[in-house]
Amino acid sequence: MSAPVWPAVLGRFGWQDLPFVLAWQHPTINELIGAGAAAMVVIGAGVVALLLTVTHRWRWLWSEWLTSLDHKKIGIMYIVIAFVMLARALIEANLMRLQQATAINAPGIVAPEHFAELFSTHGSIMIFFMAMPFLTGVINYLVPLQIGARDVAFPLLNAIGLWLTGSGAALMMISLVIGRFSTGGWSGYPPYTEIAFNPGVGPDYWIWAVTLGSIASTLAGINIAVTIYKMRCPGMHLMRMQMFCWTSLCTAILMVFAMPPLTVATALLALDRYLGFHFFTNAAGGNMMNYANLFWMFGHPEVYIVILPAFGIYSEVVSTFSSKELYGYVSLVIATMGIAVLSFTVWLHHFFTMGQSPSINAAFGIATMAIGVPTGVKIYNWIWTMFRGEVRFATPMLYALAFMMTFVLGGLTGIILAFPPLDYVVHNTTFLVAHFHNMLIPGTLYGLIAAYTFWFPKAFGFRLNETWGRIACGCWVIGFYLAFMPLYVLGAAGLARRTQAIDEAAYRPWLYAAELGAVILFCALAALIVQLWVSVRDRHANRVFAGDPWDGRGLEWSVSAPPPEYNFAHLPHVEQRHAFYDDKRRHAPYAPPPHYDAIAMPRNSAVAPVIGIASAIAGFALVWYIWWLAIAGLVAIIATVIARSFVRDTERTIPAAEVEREQALWLHAVDKAHPVPRERELTPANQGLAEVHR
Amino acid sequence: MTPPRALLPVLVASLPLGGCDALRLGIVDHAGPVAAAQWHLYLIVAAVLVFVAGPVLVLVPLMAWHYRLSNKGDAYRPDWGFSWPLEILVWVPPIGIVIGLAFLLWNTTHALDPYRPLASAEPPLEVQAVALDWKWLFIYPGEGVASVDRLVIPVGRPVHLSLTSGTVMQSLLIPQLAGQVYAMGGMRTQLYIAASRQGVFRGENTQYNGRGFQDQKVAVIATDASRYTRWLAAVRASTPMLDGTALARLTRRSVETRPLAFSRVPPHLFDRVMSVTRTKEGQ
Amino acid sequence: MSEGRPRHAGLNLGDTDAQADEGAGSAMFGFWMFLMSDALVFALLFATYGVMQHATAGGPGPATEYKIGPTFIETLVLLTSSVTYGMASVAMKHGAAIRHIMLWLAVTLSLGLLFLALELHDFADMFAHGAYPSRSGFLSAFFGLVPLHGLHVLIGGLWLVVMMVQLRVFGTDPQVKINLLRLGLFWHFLDIVWIAIFSTVYLPGLIR
Repeated sequence: MSAPVWPAVLGRFGWQDLPFVLAWQHPTINELIGAGAAAMVVIGAGVVALLLTVTHRWRWLWSEWLTSLDHKKIGIMYIVIAFVMLARALIEANLMRLQQATAINAPGIVAPEHFAELFSTHGSIMIFFMAMPFLTGVINYLVPLQIGARDVAFPLLNAIGLWLTGSGAALMMISLVIGRFSTGGWSGYPPYTEIAFNPGVGPDYWIWAVTLGSIASTLAGINIAVTIYKMRCPGMHLMRMQMFCWTSLCTAILMVFAMPPLTVATALLALDRYLGFHFFTNAAGGNMMNYANLFWMFGHPEVYIVILPAFGIYSEVVSTFSSKELYGYVSLVIATMGIAVLSFTVWLHHFFTMGQSPSINAAFGIATMAIGVPTGVKIYNWIWTMFRGEVRFATPMLYALAFMMTFVLGGLTGIILAFPPLDYVVHNTTFLVAHFHNMLIPGTLYGLIAAYTFWFPKAFGFRLNETWGRIACGCWVIGFYLAFMPLYVLGAAGLARRTQAIDEAAYRPWLYAAELGAVILFCALAALIVQLWVSVRDRHANRVFAGDPWDGRGLEWSVSAPPPEYNFAHLPHVEQRHAFYDDKRRHAPYAPPPHYDAIAMPRNSAVAPVIGIASAIAGFALVWYIWWLAIAGLVAIIATVIARSFVRDTERTIPAAEVEREQALWLHAVDKAHPVPRERELTPANQGLAEVHR
Repeated sequence: MTPPRALLPVLVASLPLGGCDALRLGIVDHAGPVAAAQWHLYLIVAAVLVFVAGPVLVLVPLMAWHYRLSNKGDAYRPDWGFSWPLEILVWVPPIGIVIGLAFLLWNTTHALDPYRPLASAEPPLEVQAVALDWKWLFIYPGEGVASVDRLVIPVGRPVHLSLTSGTVMQSLLIPQLAGQVYAMGGMRTQLYIAASRQGVFRGENTQYNGRGFQDQKVAVIATDASRYTRWLAAVRASTPMLDGTALARLTRRSVETRPLAFSRVPPHLFDRVMSVTRTKEGQ
Repeated sequence: MSEGRPRHAGLNLGDTDAQADEGAGSAMFGFWMFLMSDALVFALLFATYGVMQHATAGGPGPATEYKIGPTFIETLVLLTSSVTYGMASVAMKHGAAIRHIMLWLAVTLSLGLLFLALELHDFADMFAHGAYPSRSGFLSAFFGLVPLHGLHVLIGGLWLVVMMVQLRVFGTDPQVKINLLRLGLFWHFLDIVWIAIFSTVYLPGLIR
């Protein structure tokens, strides 16, 4: 670390902390990659700012999006963050694969510490700033619509959660441009991440980015759970909810109870690093085993936080694209709840090798296998949902099928890892890496992209391009198998994870295959970007304003696409499960109501952006020991909260006439739309009105 | 870096051969009783799991294709969503399999506990492993010698490893001989290993610990009793003592380019490393 | 609604103020969930303390550092403040004069500040003996747990001040009432945490 510049003001910042300066001084390929990444962040931000200025969109961005408390817009912003971060983390994955493929008895392209930053940011981003925002965004968008509510229980808290996630993600991005990120992996195990071994800013970036994400998720969990418990429309009993709402509820409960251990772990690590405490140090009675327990008490439920919403998504997708009721609703609910409870009882399987007694290991191993039962039940439920249905192979369904075939393989290796004697052999090797990617890519990632494809027409009013969607799906599937099946072999052959240089020529073919797979996975993301581009270009041909492009089942399909700000002109009354699906077949779902009422919706608020920006500043200041700025940020947050508590005029009334006008416009479009049979749902004939046989 | 044009033939040529080569570095080519038992267990579990995954892998494509929309010949029951016999079929067999596997898991976890002494006529060879950045120090307390990044053991005789760390947490894995266990500062963990045939086996730290992590490898040399004794004699005769200077060199964060050996070791070095990390005030 | 089931656990406003009660359902339930999450933070710190209480690294231990007298007085002060907050809640629910509610809140605030002053005095004493957090794992765990409770009391105190200002500005409008209910839960929660601290940190430490 270089000499700091003007320490009272800039803390421990020095010019050497800028990758551009480093690349200028030592133009090696390693430093150039670092500077290139920093340049991508700076140029990317610059281009966005320029576009907004040229198109005069700043005011629009502020008043329509950034200050909005509309759960749908917040959901979309969450997903935008997730896609940006996915792009970065996927590029990092490609760099790592390229490094390993080029570093077989050779130096490769990135230096060891740079490689360590890559795997640390890749993991941290994919979990905290890709999977979490993505699923929170999908839940945010869908749950109020599915339970027949106009908003979430705490709209402002919702926006604050978004902005805290955003500020955590911003810290991750800033770490590319100023200073270096942690080299301690996504789990940040001490004592390696303690000040004695890592005095730099890296672990501090990790601590504050993750802490912000963790607090944001706790808030999101509280909000989602209260929304589902308290905001359901009349008649929407818990057992009449869509399966996605059930999995969202379980996820929310897990968030409320699993995020605190993470917050405690990172906070105690921060106390060690900043104030010389001895929680996890080697010295003076510190004990890093406590950290392992705290981290994985979060870490294992976290696995189910990211997988359960995907299970909900697959339930909706399989049922909708099989034109059939979800098989075994009750047993799916029981299985979901069972998984949520069991997920708190298995954390120790992440460190079977820590030297505890075999009885403890065996107990946790058996609990781990027990989780396999409800998970297996879910897979069979989806299979029996297809049974005697009419299966259509639209893109979301292709993801669902690929998921079922692939996820089961990950389940098998999961059972292998649940056997402590087998875990001893492959723990910390690429076998483990392959296993959790085998769960998270088909499970979470495919599920979230399926959700994106499935509900995109609902959110934006037009369908996504099917061809490019299928290309992307194919690339995700092929790329996954090529990238990760070799890692199973390599792990069984003793290749330790996080290895920057390879000393065994025998690993070569497998590393090359994995590198090829990584490239194909990158192509999958590129195909998604092309798909979005093509779809926006052709949007007029693919409009589904009537709102029901897939002959959907839940209440979210019973409103226009995109839905009005208030979701429902009249709060629905529900009499059974799949209310809208049955309505279409037995009643008249598009009959105009006798009269319209004025609707009160939350006003926009600048509170969330202020808190988000202040917390990002405070986090950045803490990383660099800029104490005055950290205090200023903290004071700004507290002052904003107090000031907000004095605001009473928080609601805006939408007049009945406006509601009536919007509804009339939509009902007119429904009237004019041609009902589309399922055979033609992927053609422009699909205007969002399903042909039903009564 | 390999030139791109040369890449393809290398890739094609090495696929069949290289693939098998890689597996020979792992548990598949086990060289000791522990690894052999683990491989055996692996085969049993894998065989059971075929029956778990098989139905899913068959049923998913079958159902999806057979009940496709364009196949109008089949029954369509949109409101059907529950059946008790199916429900029992879905819940009971998996529970049964898990119960069966649970017994296997419980027994094998105890049988293959890394702390459990291996059955043998000979007393185990005591070796103390100290994890350093980025090297392994092996102390032979009974023999009074030590070596770095090389572990020489006699074939057939169990080896009782005691592990601790003089630095951050690490993990010692010798895939062809046994599983791994963590080495942590201020604590002592244990691992029993044994080699059943001669050879040089790959050992490594699997827990990331900084810049030199990828170079922290150990050559585990299993050899017959007479050659082992000769090695001991050679170390005693012709290597330096592990004195303060040597110790200072080892505790520096660095990679040793070649294995080292030491003819004399200060008494209770292992315990001292442990107690220093445990009680040292501040850092 | 006055005859109906309570909308949430704890003091309900249904009998006296149906409008505020209407909004209290979600608000209080959400706050309960937050408290459960916060309780888990404390639970984990208790567990950490339990694991690390013997890791004194040759430094000061519980027997020399914990004082029964001051901690007992702190306990009494904090428990009394819970009673006085309860009086404020009851006064608020039954439409007492604002001055009346203010008085109880002021008493609660003073007791809270007294508690903090006493606790800081204890900590200063410990520091003077060389019992500071960077001395040992045991002291780290102690100073990770007990001052976090103090920090909560400080936040509660700030919240009390804000609520007193709001009472002056808005009177007892539904929002103020709901926030007083939430603050009540928070304040009583801190009491429970303190009882746990007193009986699992201080008492066992002194018995040895």
